Amino acid sequence: MALAPYLSVERLRKQFGHFAALKDVSLDVFPGEFVCFLGPSGCGKTTLLRAIAGLDIQTSGRIIQGGRDISNLPASQRDFGIVFQSYALFPNLSVTANVGYGLASRRLPKVEIETRVAELLSLVGLPDSGPKYPAQLSGGQQQRVALARALALSPGLLLLDEPLSALDARVRSYLRTEIRRLHQRLGVTTIMVTHDQEEALTMADRIVVMNEGVIEQIGTPLEVYRQPASAFVADFVGTTNFLPAVVLDTGSVRFGKLDLACGLNLSPGPGHPVTLAIRPEDVVVRNVLPGAANSVEVQVSDIEFLGSFCRVGLALGDDTPPLVADFSINVVRDLEIRQGQTLLISLPPDRIRVFPGAPQLP
Amino acid sequence: MTPVSLPGAAGILPTRRRLDRDDLLMRAGICLLIGWLLLTLILPLWWLLSKSFQNQNGEFIGLANYLRYFSTPALFASVWNSLFIATLTTAIVLPLAFVYAYALQRSCMRFKGLFQALALIPILAPSLLPAISLIYLFGNQGFLKAWMFGVSVYGPFGIVMSQVFYCFPHALMILLAALSMADSRLYEAADALGASKTRVFLTVTLPGAKYGLISAGFVIFTLVITDFGIAKVIGGRFNVLATDIFKQVIGQQNFEMGAVVGFVLLIPAVVAFAADRIFQQRQVALLSARAVPLVPKPAARRDWALFAFCSVVGGMIAVVLAMAAWASLVTRWPYNLTLTLNNYAFGEFDSDGWAAYWHSVQLAVWTAVIGTVIVFAGAYLLEKTRAFAAGRVVAQFMAMLPMAVPGLVLGLAYIFFFNAKGNPFGFLYGTMGILVINSLTHFYTVSHLTATTALKQLDHEFEAVSASLKVSLLRTMTRVTLPVCLPAVLDISIYLFVNAMTTVSAVIFLYSTDTKLAAIAIVNMDEAGFTAPAAAMAMTIVATSASVKIAHVLLTRRLERTTQGWRRR
Repeated sequence: MALAPYLSVERLRKQFGHFAALKDVSLDVFPGEFVCFLGPSGCGKTTLLRAIAGLDIQTSGRIIQGGRDISNLPASQRDFGIVFQSYALFPNLSVTANVGYGLASRRLPKVEIETRVAELLSLVGLPDSGPKYPAQLSGGQQQRVALARALALSPGLLLLDEPLSALDARVRSYLRTEIRRLHQRLGVTTIMVTHDQEEALTMADRIVVMNEGVIEQIGTPLEVYRQPASAFVADFVGTTNFLPAVVLDTGSVRFGKLDLACGLNLSPGPGHPVTLAIRPEDVVVRNVLPGAANSVEVQVSDIEFLGSFCRVGLALGDDTPPLVADFSINVVRDLEIRQGQTLLISLPPDRIRVFPGAPQLP
Repeated sequence: MTPVSLPGAAGILPTRRRLDRDDLLMRAGICLLIGWLLLTLILPLWWLLSKSFQNQNGEFIGLANYLRYFSTPALFASVWNSLFIATLTTAIVLPLAFVYAYALQRSCMRFKGLFQALALIPILAPSLLPAISLIYLFGNQGFLKAWMFGVSVYGPFGIVMSQVFYCFPHALMILLAALSMADSRLYEAADALGASKTRVFLTVTLPGAKYGLISAGFVIFTLVITDFGIAKVIGGRFNVLATDIFKQVIGQQNFEMGAVVGFVLLIPAVVAFAADRIFQQRQVALLSARAVPLVPKPAARRDWALFAFCSVVGGMIAVVLAMAAWASLVTRWPYNLTLTLNNYAFGEFDSDGWAAYWHSVQLAVWTAVIGTVIVFAGAYLLEKTRAFAAGRVVAQFMAMLPMAVPGLVLGLAYIFFFNAKGNPFGFLYGTMGILVINSLTHFYTVSHLTATTALKQLDHEFEAVSASLKVSLLRTMTRVTLPVCLPAVLDISIYLFVNAMTTVSAVIFLYSTDTKLAAIAIVNMDEAGFTAPAAAMAMTIVATSASVKIAHVLLTRRLERTTQGWRRR
């Protein structure tokens, strides 16, 4: 991207006693981008967000927003709107008063405030809820009010801290598209913290995958899913089979009794242990001819029906754990896949990712 | 501002957050709070401590006073007396209050509201009231004297009976809270596993209330050890620590020995307080957010048994109260039982007359108003200030300390501190001001905890949201925090009012002829043999506290309807 970043985080460190919550984290966010911080709890994603907001200041490192060094500014002097998982709506104030809370202390004319609040409420699809109190709204409605309040001062940066986690599945998926639509309409640079990979994959322009205080990978959802930069990312985002193998030469590895070709050049030399990663949906079962590249005969050990597809366990015949594959209902019906059946499958070389070192057992 | 392009410099220097106006205000506030508590609590106690190491000429004499104290059997015996009274009272009150609380929270007995109100009335009375009442019942001319089988009520017996009455509601409140919540799923699980009723009680109910019981135990123990009024009125020749201080200071003008006894009295109070804190920290939340609240189901035999129990206990409370009320209305006990209001003409018995009562009302109002502002502001500062850990820890410790300091000890410490040569605040001595400050400090901790609990229930991100919206903390406090905490604020003010109205021990050393208080008038009139007017004054205090309490309940209800409409769904 030729654009200058809107927000730059440089070598950010956050120390809690002896525990480093953030270890020299650096990243750039570009104007108008929707970025998700994704990771398991305790990975440092919320710490990073709160440092960007100035709520919990970093131990060291620099943050530059819109060309301004904000590293040591208190939250009140930074330019952001924030939405929390708990909504943090003021319970004793009406929806109108909540949304207009920041406007009211700017001493704007009353009419101007009213117009702006009405505009914001219709933006989030709650034009008639103004006189109600937060307790009279559903969780999803409350979250939309919180969103309207955060947008009231037209901040340059919108921060969302697990905004959807407290909601049930249906409302969550509805609000996902709502927030996305809002973002596209307003074009405000947005950072969302989430532990839900589905949320990150569907909403983000770019995902920042974090683990134990470091960034594992930054990339578009497709990149993160297709080309995970580490075994951690492959495991955390989506489902992955991890297979232990040993490097044979630059283009192939040995897994059990099997020699497999891999699309990429392997960096560790021959004899080094590696971990192969292949996603269940990448296992091919249709039109595999005997003797084709990376083909192997397997036995169906179990079938789990999951609605639009089946998750199938495939025993490789030795003491390695069964391979997991996702077959569409179509495939299962056409090939009449049953438990105990023997199948010829292939593991396409361009779908296999290779990571150095033996697999870490969970 | 640092220039944006300073290559390589970032990441090495630690970031120091700049402080905004709110930060500076909050920190200044915490420093003020520390200063206030230093002045009203720490320095006076320090003066008291140093006094106990001095002789009458103010020369340092090391432990000599303490040696004399522990080698004088007449003085040292009081330690055992106090411990004995406190232990016995705790052993009696704890089971009584537990069963009573159990009946109120876990049964379907009838008239629960009535029983609860009745049991909590003694809180509104000075501790002197049950003592006076028991004198009328079992004293030399008591009409139930025969029931005592020759044992004198003046002494340990009377003290313990009065203390039981006085401490019961305090223990009950803690146990009511401890038994108020229970997860019905635990009881269903126990039922499904075929546990007997006794076993369920021993393995589910009792462990759930364990921390409440421990806490109540320590509270009773401390109340008894530090109470002065009861032992003074009904103790006879039975000496306890609290009366010893009084005798040393007022009777013999031996301030140094008074300071020693004060410190001896401080020890059990501090130990009980520290032990309670340690136990409470071990407590983990037994109720998760998913708990299903237990709703008691009717069980005729249990409910009637508990009803009978509560009737007996509640009946005794009613008798003690009624006795004091009756005694205050009788012309000349026991010879002329015609009713009269003459005993309420306090001017006939005490030089200050009704003025003492009005002083008390004044003290209570000032303590409630000023105290609520200081306590709430203090709790807010401690809860919401960012960083500044050192200041917060110090202030938090100081706010918890008054709980462990008996009123008498604090009062004595004030004598030393505010009388000290060169103390610029010396002008407060002998004024209403020092009484207000003393009462406020004495009752600081409970009020502080109430405020803190209310503040903790608010969303922690309100301040973060305000900062992002560029709204000052002060505005968010007045617009949101304070209105949401209004019920707790009212609770605090009423707590301070009632306690300032009824306390004796905190102010007995500090009143002057211009500021004599109602509770002190009771002690004086009782001492002068005017027991009926003393009972009348006690009833006047009860009536005042009760009216204020009822007004509080009505006001809270009204507020809930008008300003707290947002709580409803």
